[in-house]
Amino acid sequence: MIPASFGWRSGTLSGARRLTPSARSLTFRVPGWPGNEAGQHVDVRLTAPDGYRAVRSYSMASVGDGDEVELAVARLPDGEVSPFLVDELELGDRVELRGPLGGFFVWRSGQAQCTQLIAGGSGVVPLVAMVRAHAAADDRAPMQLLYSLRTPADAFYADELGGFTATVPTTWHYTRTPPPGGDRPAGRLTEHDLREQTLPVENEPLIYVCGPTGFVEAVSHQLVSLGHAAASVRTERFGGV
Amino acid sequence: MPYLDGNVLAGAASDLFAFDLTTTEAQCASCYDIAPLGRSLVFGPPMGFVARCRSCDSVLIVVVERPEGHAFDARGLRWMRIGNDAHAAGEKIRP
Repeated sequence: MIPASFGWRSGTLSGARRLTPSARSLTFRVPGWPGNEAGQHVDVRLTAPDGYRAVRSYSMASVGDGDEVELAVARLPDGEVSPFLVDELELGDRVELRGPLGGFFVWRSGQAQCTQLIAGGSGVVPLVAMVRAHAAADDRAPMQLLYSLRTPADAFYADELGGFTATVPTTWHYTRTPPPGGDRPAGRLTEHDLREQTLPVENEPLIYVCGPTGFVEAVSHQLVSLGHAAASVRTERFGGV
Repeated sequence: MPYLDGNVLAGAASDLFAFDLTTTEAQCASCYDIAPLGRSLVFGPPMGFVARCRSCDSVLIVVVERPEGHAFDARGLRWMRIGNDAHAAGEKIRP
């Protein structure tokens, strides 16, 4: 039998900061962590005093070598794990982590002649790792991000993304409330938006889409409808538990 | 019912296999579609994982993690192509 502890490492919360009123960046020091690629995820396991265990998957914002892992977690109102990670976990507290996981939703330097990233809400996290990896590799292949979010106050890593404007430009798309003086009304991404604000089909971009299931479903269908090959669109959906 | 991508299988599968299940190509036994398991549609966490074919919706695999051991059911696969890891090495993005 496989022991239940197989593959799990202990991680200590070594850094934390608010990203938005309902989201938090958490950095864990994980001895033995082998480093990770951009876009991979990790399973986090919490064990209650009575032995009850809960496991959730989170994308990593961090990338590369080193024994620190950065997650960015949004509090889900009915969540079992995310409110604890966002509001209660304190520096020095421990959780268990399993990973790095997944080789499919991964961006590697040199793999594509150009890359389009499309984020819905907190789905931006693994795409931030890709932007960081692109910078770390000094990759000259074009990369750009289309970030759909409800309001400007919901933005993750806005300052950091702003710092990459020259190499990885970000287009901000608001679905509920645009910023004052914004030139575009709020609303969901349409096929027209995608045509205007993403790399064109003829450039044959590799496209990464991450967000809630409905967002990913709508965007990936629109991309194929615009003429992108289904094989060039990689998706990561997240549920709500 | 909301579903996730096959990517989410990676954690449970990492306890079972030395290769990355999500980049492994497999063929659906029902419709013969061939795709990396990372492209399948996954239902059901945290109770377990049911991965369905993206083309015909048939059940490909079921993974259940329990304290006393793991269950892995590959009822819907004809085969898996293990180890070539085309997607990890750099997928050709045009057919």
